[in-house]
Amino acid sequence: MDANLVAAQLFSGLTSAMTLFLVASGLSLIFGVVNVFNFAHGSFYLIGAYFAYQVVSVTGLPFWPGVLLAAAGAGIAGVVMEYVFLRRIYGRGGEAGFQILLTYSFILIIDDVVKMIWGTDYKSIERPESLSASFTLGDISVPRYDLVVILVGILVAVGMWWLIRKTRFGRNLRAISANREMASCLGVNVPLTLSLVFGLATALGGLSGALSAPTRTVTPGAGIEVIIGSLIVVVIGGLGNFWGAFVGALIIGEVTAFGILFLPQWAILFSYAVMALVLVFRPEGLLARRGGA
Amino acid sequence: MRGPSAASGNAARGQLLQWAAVLLFFAFLPLARRSFFITMANEILIMGLFAMAFNLLYGVTGMLSFGQAAYYGVGGYTVGLLLTKGVLPYSVALPLAPVAGAALALLLGPLCIRLSGVYFTMLTLAFAELVWGVVFKWYGFTGGDNGIQGIPLPVWFHHPLHYYYFTLAVVAAAVALLRRIVESPFGAVLQSIRENPERTGFLGIRVRRYQLAAMVISGAFSGLAGGLFAGFHRSIGPDMLHWTKSGEVILMSILGGVSSFFGPLVGAGVILFIEDMIGKYTEFWEIWIGGIMLAIVIFFPRGVIGTLYQWTHRKGSRERDGNATAHS
Repeated sequence: MDANLVAAQLFSGLTSAMTLFLVASGLSLIFGVVNVFNFAHGSFYLIGAYFAYQVVSVTGLPFWPGVLLAAAGAGIAGVVMEYVFLRRIYGRGGEAGFQILLTYSFILIIDDVVKMIWGTDYKSIERPESLSASFTLGDISVPRYDLVVILVGILVAVGMWWLIRKTRFGRNLRAISANREMASCLGVNVPLTLSLVFGLATALGGLSGALSAPTRTVTPGAGIEVIIGSLIVVVIGGLGNFWGAFVGALIIGEVTAFGILFLPQWAILFSYAVMALVLVFRPEGLLARRGGA
Repeated sequence: MRGPSAASGNAARGQLLQWAAVLLFFAFLPLARRSFFITMANEILIMGLFAMAFNLLYGVTGMLSFGQAAYYGVGGYTVGLLLTKGVLPYSVALPLAPVAGAALALLLGPLCIRLSGVYFTMLTLAFAELVWGVVFKWYGFTGGDNGIQGIPLPVWFHHPLHYYYFTLAVVAAAVALLRRIVESPFGAVLQSIRENPERTGFLGIRVRRYQLAAMVISGAFSGLAGGLFAGFHRSIGPDMLHWTKSGEVILMSILGGVSSFFGPLVGAGVILFIEDMIGKYTEFWEIWIGGIMLAIVIFFPRGVIGTLYQWTHRKGSRERDGNATAHS
C-alpha cells in the first residue's frame, strides 16, 4: 500500500469527518437538551450552503463573512422552526412519532422552497483565493482549504466544550438536559434556552453547509444525504453525547474515505454497516454515559 | 381507539358497514371509465396494504420502524427476479413475495428488537439502507440502479382492469387476515406491549418473541404489497427499498390515523391523490405534502380517520363528561 495514498486519504477522511461533526454536534445537542430527534437537521446544512452561495457568489461578499452570515441565517431559520412549530408538540403523548413527522415535513418543505428560489441546477462557490493552493507535507499535497476546514472543526469542538462545561449558559443546558422541570423551578428560562440551543445547533449545521459549498457542489438533495450521515454519526457516538459525535464523525469519515479506496463499489454501505455493528454490540453508542449531555 | 366498552353489537355492525363501504367503493370505481383512476386506485390499494402492514408494527405494537421499505422491496424483487429469469410462473412467484419479506424480518428482527425507542427506529433504518445498498450496487443480479424492466406477466393480467380486480381481491383478503390478527388474543398482546412493555413482561409474556412475530408478520404483508407492485408496474427499481419509501409509508399511516384500522389505507389514498393532482400543476408537490403533514401534526394529531371519528362521536362523549379527549 502506497503510504502517500494512505496519508492523502487520511486527510480527506478528516475533512469530511469535520463537516460531518459540525452537523452531527448540532443534532446531538438538540437531542441532548431539547430532547427532539431533528430529522430536518440536514436541511439546515442545505440552507447554509445556499445562503453561502447567495451571499458569496451572487452578492459578492468576501468568503468568510459570507460563511458566517450563512450560518447565522440557518440559525435564525432554526429558531423560527422551534418557536413557531416544534414548541407546540412538547410533552404530547406519543411525542417521538410526532417529532419525526414534524421534522420530516420540514425536510420536504425546505427542499422545495430551496428549489423554488434557486432552481435545481448545481451551484458552486469559489474558495477564497488565499486558500486555493495546496501545500506539501513530505510527498503528499493537501489542499489548504481542507486544512482550514479541519481547523474550524477542532475550534468548534473546543468552543462547544467550553460553552457547555464552563459557562453559565452551559450550566443551564446541562440542568435542562438532566431535568427540565427542576431547571425551570430553579429559575432557568427553559423556553428561551431551548430556542437558543436550537438556533445554535442549526447554525452549526449551516456552517457545515457553507464550508462544504466550495468543495462539493451545492444541490437540493444534499440535505437528505447529510442527515442520514449525521444520524449515523450521532447514533454511533451515543445520542446526545457531544464527544461521541466527534468520535463518531472521525470513524465514519475515515471508514468512508478508506472504503472508497478498497471497495469503491460498496463504499456507501460501510457507514451503515459500522452503525449496525455498533448498535448490535453497544446499543447505547460508543461513548454513552447515562445522564450526561 | 375504540374501547371494548362500546356496545359490541353496534360496533360489529358499524365495522361491517365500513368494510362494505370500502369494498364497494373500490369495486365500482372502474365505472368511472378513466384509466387514470384505475391506475391510481390500484396504487392506492397496494400502498394501502403496505401502510396497514407497517401499522401493525407502529400503530398496534408501538414499534416505529423506519426500514419497512426493505421488506416491500424484497417482495418486489422476489417477483421481479423470478419472473424475468423465467424461473417460476406468477402464481408461484407472488406467494413467495410475503415469504421473502417474512424471511428478511426473521433475519433482521432479532437484532432490531434488542433496542427500543429511537434506537430501534435507527437500527431498522440502518439495516434497510444496507439492503438498499446491496440491491443498488449488485448490477449482475438486481440490475443495480437500473432496476428491472419488462417483468413478464400472464396474458390475462395485461388488461389493467383485470389486474386491478386481482389486486383488489388479494388486498381485501390480506386486509381481512390482518384484521383477524389484530383482533385475536395475539393482537391484544401486541396492543398491551404498545401500552406498556414492562408491565406486559411482568405478566409472564415474552415481549420480544411477540415483537419479533409482529415484525415477521408485518414483513410478510409488506413483501406481499411489494410483489403486487412488481406485477402492477411491471418494472421495479431500488427506489422501492430506499428510506424515502419508508418515510412515505409512515406518513400515510399517520396522516390517515394509526389508531384506526382503515386509517393507513385512507392516508395512502390522500397522499397518492395529492401527489398526482398537484404533480400535474406544479413540480413542487413535496411542499404540499410537507405542509399538510405539518398541519396534521399540529392540529389533527389523530389523523384523518381519527379526527372524523372524534367529530362524529363528540356529542356522545361530551355527555359522558368529556374525558374522551384525555387519553393518548
